[in-house]
Amino acid sequence: MAQKKQALNIDADLARRLLGEMMLIRRFEEKAAEAYALGKIGGFLHLYIGEEAVGVGATSVLRPDDYAISAYRDHGHCLAKGADPRRAMAELFGRRDGLCKGKGGSMHLFDKTVNFLGGHAIVGAHLPLAAGVAFAIKYQGGDQVIVCYFGDGAVHQGEFHEAMNLSALWKLPVIWICENNRYAMGTSVERALAQPEIWRFGLTYGLPSERVDGMDVLAVREVVSRAVERARREKVPSLIEADTYRFRGHSMRDPAGAIYRTKEEVEREKQRDPIVLFRDRVLEAELLAEADVRALEKDVNDRIDDAVTFADASPEPPVEWLLTDVYKEDAEGV
Amino acid sequence: MAVMTYREALNVALREEMRRDPRVFVIGEEVGLYEGAYKVTQGLLKEFGPQRVVDTPIAESGFTGVGIGAAMVGLRPVVEMMTFNFAMLALDQIVNSAAKMYYMSGGQYNIPIVIRGPGGPAHQLAAQHSQSMEVYFYHVPGLKVVRPSTPMDAKGLLKSAIRDDNPVIFIESETLYAVKGEVPDDPEFIIPLGQAVVRREGTDVTVIAYMGMMYRALEAAEELAKEGISVEIVDPRTLRPMDTETIIGSVRKTHRAVVVEAGAGFAGMGSEISASITECAFDDLDAPIERVTGENAPMPYARNLERAKTPSKEKIVDAVRRVCHAQGS
Ligand SMILES: Cc1ncc(C[n+]2csc(CCOP(=O)(O)OP(=O)(O)O)c2C)c(N)n1
Ligand SMILES: [Mg+2]
Repeated sequence: MAQKKQALNIDADLARRLLGEMMLIRRFEEKAAEAYALGKIGGFLHLYIGEEAVGVGATSVLRPDDYAISAYRDHGHCLAKGADPRRAMAELFGRRDGLCKGKGGSMHLFDKTVNFLGGHAIVGAHLPLAAGVAFAIKYQGGDQVIVCYFGDGAVHQGEFHEAMNLSALWKLPVIWICENNRYAMGTSVERALAQPEIWRFGLTYGLPSERVDGMDVLAVREVVSRAVERARREKVPSLIEADTYRFRGHSMRDPAGAIYRTKEEVEREKQRDPIVLFRDRVLEAELLAEADVRALEKDVNDRIDDAVTFADASPEPPVEWLLTDVYKEDAEGV
Repeated sequence: MAVMTYREALNVALREEMRRDPRVFVIGEEVGLYEGAYKVTQGLLKEFGPQRVVDTPIAESGFTGVGIGAAMVGLRPVVEMMTFNFAMLALDQIVNSAAKMYYMSGGQYNIPIVIRGPGGPAHQLAAQHSQSMEVYFYHVPGLKVVRPSTPMDAKGLLKSAIRDDNPVIFIESETLYAVKGEVPDDPEFIIPLGQAVVRREGTDVTVIAYMGMMYRALEAAEELAKEGISVEIVDPRTLRPMDTETIIGSVRKTHRAVVVEAGAGFAGMGSEISASITECAFDDLDAPIERVTGENAPMPYARNLERAKTPSKEKIVDAVRRVCHAQGS
């Protein structure tokens, strides 16, 4: 036992934090799915269930003044960065107390108070933005970094390659994290990429690149922490391919994801559930006791129930808001 | 006042704004070492160094996105499109990222960026290098669109665009870079976005035109003056937001309007301007509005075909004659 404790190399507080955050995101997503079924959430809703270890592990090695940016499957990244689940849920509900006043929705969560730079729904387009943020950090002489999460689908796009090249060419403090869940909607990596080992694309551009088990929050933590150090101290970007899997369909409109992948495959992958794996490990290492886990569960459930109640109670945005925030008119630059 | 070319006026505007605000930087293809494909950024690398005058690979979408990302966290980029035709590759970044970020984020992230470069009909550059690009942008809420016709406007409007907190599309013209004119020396001289200007006063008909077409309209007005037709020319300068007040004010005075645009007419700027005149000043009109537009074809290479594609002075003169000789109500 003592040896196992050693092997995990974390303390009880960190174990509680990592497990708690993954559970919070999981619960948030489950409740969002329920609300979607009830018609309280509209549009596209992409759940992060199964992939929690990536966002939580990566964020756990960032400083609060570091940045994160994501695609449309963004709830987990936004919550991990520290956004208030109540305001995130209210945004999904399209309410005035939402993070973006109800104007963004599930795919466009932004929270400036925690340096979460969005929620972008054009596949590949936020990679150049991340490079730009890193450019600005360097320009301003700062030592922050930005973590950019994107799917395997973004690797199909030209902008992925443009962004890899620019970040390497200009030595920008960005950590590229590809969440390879093996599918872009129904298109598997093998059906879309002539060279399907995504991390290798980083080598082409001279970036330190590696693959990590995206279901292992500690492994993600370790790999990202190295990349963050490189970015912070040496302004060297890295590409990390996190091997993960989404347990649900692409969006709520693809509930089972059953046409393009087999049930057996999904069941097999669910055995790699990052929350179950980590929970078992911390229990086994006696970092946390069953009672701690139950307490965490209760806390998470209460917080998300509260988030749903908050979102439900928040009014719709006033109609006058339709025309606000189109242009910023107080002219900061003058 | 100093007399300088349109190109120099832009260069001075960039220099002054870069001196004034360390957050302003220039980024694009060949802007530094090569000093700009059209030399608008001449000397900037020398004065401001490679950190603020950034040469990029040929990756419009990538470096425009870099500009937008930098603007999200406090910088004020000026992105040069070698020519605006290439902005099509960055159209997604401009429309889906820059224009909407402030709105999507509920007012958290505005994008103070200028995207500038030459566009519009040039000299025998053929279909892919010679088109009026403003149409792709002025439709989009969240963008401002500027087309400066004179050296003074080039300076005053570019400075305003750089100080603006929103994405501004600033489309110059290859054919105007060498045009000379008076430009105020005062580094605080600016022309606010969204203000049209009356280029020539007249009483019989209002002609609305910008860039090369504005100069052609001035020539047409000279000729028409000989026939006793007094033409007022309004140059919108900023297409979005459009100063309809000045346009409508002029039409209320002259009771007649001709809108000229270089680009293909279908769903063009002329359609928008004539629609707003009809909506706001229908009762003041003594004749139907005429549009003089480019033909609905890609830009041909051959000199004679190219000439036929873009509105000529003669076409403007004819249109003005028609509206002036139409029976008033
Ligand atoms: C440019 C663009 N093309 C197509 C789409 C439609 N689309 C939305 S998500 C998606 C799949 C993306 O997959 P991936 O990047 O692997 O992310 P995942 O959904 O697996 O998290 C597609 C094709 C889009 N949003 N943007
Ligand atoms: Mg995927």
